[in-house]
Amino acid sequence: MAWKDLLIERRSKETLNALLFFSLALLFIFQFALGPDRERLAAVLPGLLWLGFILSGVLGLGRAFLVERENDCWEALLLAPGDKSAIYVGKLLGSLLLMAVVETLVLALFVVFFDVDLGPALPGLILVIALGTVGIAAVGTLFAAMTAQVRARELLFPVLLLPVLVPVLLGTVKATEALLLREPLGAVSHWLKLLAAADVVYLAVGVLTFDVILEG
Amino acid sequence: MVAVPLVHIAGLVRVFGAHRVLDGVDLDVAAGEAVALLGANGAGKTTLLKIVATLLRPTRGTAQVAGHDCVRDAESARAVLGVVTHGNHIYEDLTARENLAFWARLRGQPADADMLTGALADVDLDRHATARVRTFSAGMRRRLALARLSLTTPRVLLLDEPFAGLDQRARKWLEGRLEAFKAGGGALLMATHSFGRELGLSDRLAILAGGRVALDTPRAGLDAQDVQRLYLAHAEDLS
Repeated sequence: MAWKDLLIERRSKETLNALLFFSLALLFIFQFALGPDRERLAAVLPGLLWLGFILSGVLGLGRAFLVERENDCWEALLLAPGDKSAIYVGKLLGSLLLMAVVETLVLALFVVFFDVDLGPALPGLILVIALGTVGIAAVGTLFAAMTAQVRARELLFPVLLLPVLVPVLLGTVKATEALLLREPLGAVSHWLKLLAAADVVYLAVGVLTFDVILEG
Repeated sequence: MVAVPLVHIAGLVRVFGAHRVLDGVDLDVAAGEAVALLGANGAGKTTLLKIVATLLRPTRGTAQVAGHDCVRDAESARAVLGVVTHGNHIYEDLTARENLAFWARLRGQPADADMLTGALADVDLDRHATARVRTFSAGMRRRLALARLSLTTPRVLLLDEPFAGLDQRARKWLEGRLEAFKAGGGALLMATHSFGRELGLSDRLAILAGGRVALDTPRAGLDAQDVQRLYLAHAEDLS
């Protein structure tokens, strides 16, 4: 499933191109809105970074199951015998890889646009981003499947997703803020535990309930 | 001795809002038998096939495939089903070969290169194996959808207008394939609007009208004109 999704995305580049342009536009807007005031920037940078990740993630994840709908393949997924959670895991892996590509580019652009020196904070930041991305993708893939067959899916998907992601948003923004202030990784361990726990819960719920959601 | 039906449908009711599409359908298809499902547009042919295919839940009644209930034991039913519906279920940005490989893997089968080549050759698409489906005509897409039948060994085939959009060569291949399937003991339930050569495959005709099977009769001895006469007498009067 992940192989198929990534192959289709590599050829069509529909989602990747849209996400990259969207992220670029977002960074331009932030840059113009905040100006060169360093103190002001330092206070809002973690939130801006995760706003970029979340918004691009919502856009990308919202399309995760549209490829099945657009190609009239939803029924065929249902007809495949066996454990449907394998479809969830495959979709999740495809989404994770796509989000990783976009986030890497957004982070690089972020450094350039706002002249941020990540320096020693980078390994810790990568860990926070990885934990946060797994959480967003786990619950996003599930809700994308849930809303793929409904009419107002573009509206319903973020409305359902964002409230559930509050623990992830809280943990990632707080941990990123501390790491950018050069605090050691140990100082944010409670946030990392929260993110890891949220990931486990979201993944477990996704694997256990995907069958019911796909069957409608 | 009465053969145990591979498809058993009893008292099947399906309601959409206030519209009762199926209203107590009873139908059996035995091993080695093909039943052609006829009926006017909206008579419920596709709805009936979808329920047997485990894609839709009935409001009431029972549908079983090889003894597996299509609602309570859908996974077991799916393992013995082959389904070709209106939708071709193919990804436009994958090649013909990649599409077949994906579906083979999704069914837990190895995507063996020789098997894929053979399946594509069956429907005369082997020369287009590495072309993206986006470039295919409607007939080629239909043939690719049917090539999936070569990858599996179902006991029951559910086909919705299987010959639609096929050229003469592909029709001949499909006829041969379905005859072989019947001879191997498979059960075939096929929805169609055609009274032509497609019906040559059928052992029985079932005409849906008014949400029920209005006529269930052996096809032997009936030509296309007889079928048309029966269809007009039953389908149009009741629907």
